[in-house]
Amino acid sequence: MKHTEFDAVVIGGGASGLSAAAEMSRGGASVAVVEREETLGGILNQCIHNGFGLHQYNEELTGPEYAERCIRDLDGLSVKVFTGMTVTLMETEEGTQLLYGFSRESGMVRFRCRAIVLAMGCRERNRGNLGTPGTRPSGIFTAGLAQRLVNIDGMVPGRECVIVGSGDIGLIMARRMTWIGARVRGVIEIQPYPAGITRNIVQCLRDFDIPLYLSHSITRIYGKDRISGVDVAPVRNAGGEASGAFHIPCDTLLLSVGLVPENEISRKAGVRLHPETGGPVVDARYMTSVTGIFACGNVLHVHDLVDYASEEARHCGQAVLDYLSGVSAGEQLRVGAGRNVKYVVPGRFALTGKNRFYLRSMITGTGARLCVRLGGIEVLRRKLPYVQPSEMISFDLAADEDAISSRFTTGGDETDLEVSLEIPEKEGA
Amino acid sequence: MKKDLICISCPIGCRLTVEGENPEKISVSGNRCPRGEIYGREEALAPSRMVTATVAIESEKLARLPVKTDRPIGREHIPSLLNQLYALELVPPVYCGDIILDDFAESGVRILATRTIEA
Ligand SMILES: Cc1cc2nc3c(=O)[nH]c(=O)nc-3n(C[C@H](O)[C@H](O)[C@H](O)COP(=O)(O)OP(=O)(O)OC[C@H]3O[C@@H](n4cnc5c(N)ncnc54)[C@H](O)[C@@H]3O)c2cc1C
Ligand code: SF4
Repeated sequence: MKHTEFDAVVIGGGASGLSAAAEMSRGGASVAVVEREETLGGILNQCIHNGFGLHQYNEELTGPEYAERCIRDLDGLSVKVFTGMTVTLMETEEGTQLLYGFSRESGMVRFRCRAIVLAMGCRERNRGNLGTPGTRPSGIFTAGLAQRLVNIDGMVPGRECVIVGSGDIGLIMARRMTWIGARVRGVIEIQPYPAGITRNIVQCLRDFDIPLYLSHSITRIYGKDRISGVDVAPVRNAGGEASGAFHIPCDTLLLSVGLVPENEISRKAGVRLHPETGGPVVDARYMTSVTGIFACGNVLHVHDLVDYASEEARHCGQAVLDYLSGVSAGEQLRVGAGRNVKYVVPGRFALTGKNRFYLRSMITGTGARLCVRLGGIEVLRRKLPYVQPSEMISFDLAADEDAISSRFTTGGDETDLEVSLEIPEKEGA
Repeated sequence: MKKDLICISCPIGCRLTVEGENPEKISVSGNRCPRGEIYGREEALAPSRMVTATVAIESEKLARLPVKTDRPIGREHIPSLLNQLYALELVPPVYCGDIILDDFAESGVRILATRTIEA
């Protein structure tokens, strides 16, 4: 077994891992990035559509273009990259971290470092998570796998397809399948509203007259060797014979039913996970419950915009630099999700500097207000033009704002920060 | 003629009704703000889209090279553009930003590579 040593090792060479690595290297740390695939860039490489980088580069880039920028950002920095290598285990040993990577080329490699950055991204929920009855034929793919087959391997997964789930990945695959000559017979969404953004509903479904069945789900899968069709039924009349059920013949079923942070190895290392995000619980400096292990990007919580993932990764990289140079995190307050908020990341508020938070709404609508309370007293209120669960919200809160510092010095146990979304009462009638 | 559209200029997604054929006399309703009117007119008169696709490439590293149009093209041109792209077979090296097709169908639109594939 080979041995090697760095200040910090990043697991995952996607947008987040690369941004965190660049930040740490610029700050003078010796850094390695370990990536399972043969190339860097992560999920971006298969997302050939445009819509990336508007915040970060003020341009609308495709996924591979954004990935190339992230990779070029490493030029001139001494980040050591290990591609084709999978990290299988992490261990903590009295202030140092041990990490084991395995690759065809170099066999087993042991890394010793002072900090680890988790940046493994996320994976897709699959048929097992749906529990639809029926046979188990071939022709059932997650949408992301189909995307990879089409865009990277140049294969055609099928000719007549049905898509379950109206998230952006499913919608984008509806257009992509149509553009490679397949026919998409419908998109089935269990919720009463689409999960993806409006632009994708218009440009990926309406452009091709692909029907979207809201409040519907698939109830049975048919087919012996290859899938031959699915039953679709409205979800309103639960129990008994659902009226309005119908059958769609197809040879391919794409599932776009959600993403889950990839935390198998984190869990084994004792990293505590958050029940809502599925990612690690982190403090204001992106440190997990294990000292020296940090997390950012989709492994922390699923991001819809890569720009946010990169930005978060840079903050994380900065925090690691502080940690490496022995700067203490200082005092931190707890941060909790209040009304209409699914979760807030990070889960702690630092009493020095600026804190940036990311949250997910549980409601859809115009004119919502973001309210932040410290010990029950409002310290920030902001109008949001439009909120919906699929679009992440971010905001900044500086610790030295009067409202906060005066509030905090009053002491007591009212030191939780609570973030909620409120819809104001309708004015007069 | 009447068209029902959804404005995509912001996440609110107003439902627009666009009436009239004559560019001078087109009317847009349902929009909450002026951007919706601009979108509604353009979408009704000359809908255009960015196209991203892949092209075959003879490389051991990758089977397909991702490409994009350098600006939106008229929707009616998309099928013939895709057919042209799918008929190509490139040889590396290709660099991100290289022109794969210049002036598609005399529209002035270029097709650019969106990834680098070294020889
Ligand atoms: C299909 C899809 C469409 C999207 N569309 C858009 C869009 O239009 N616009 C936009 O802004 N954003 C979009 N996003 C979001 C954006 O792409 C992501 O938020 C961002 O790329 C996530 O980057 P990441 O580095 O956190 O994760 P990833 O890119 O997933 O990187 C994680 C990397 O870690 C590696 N890895 C995992 N486990 C290990 C291990 N044990 N050892 C070694 N390596 C490991 C993986 O191979 C992978 O390369 C989309 C996301 C998806 C999934
Ligand atoms: S009309 Fe204005 S408010 Fe409505 S979706 Fe378009 S841009 Fe948004």
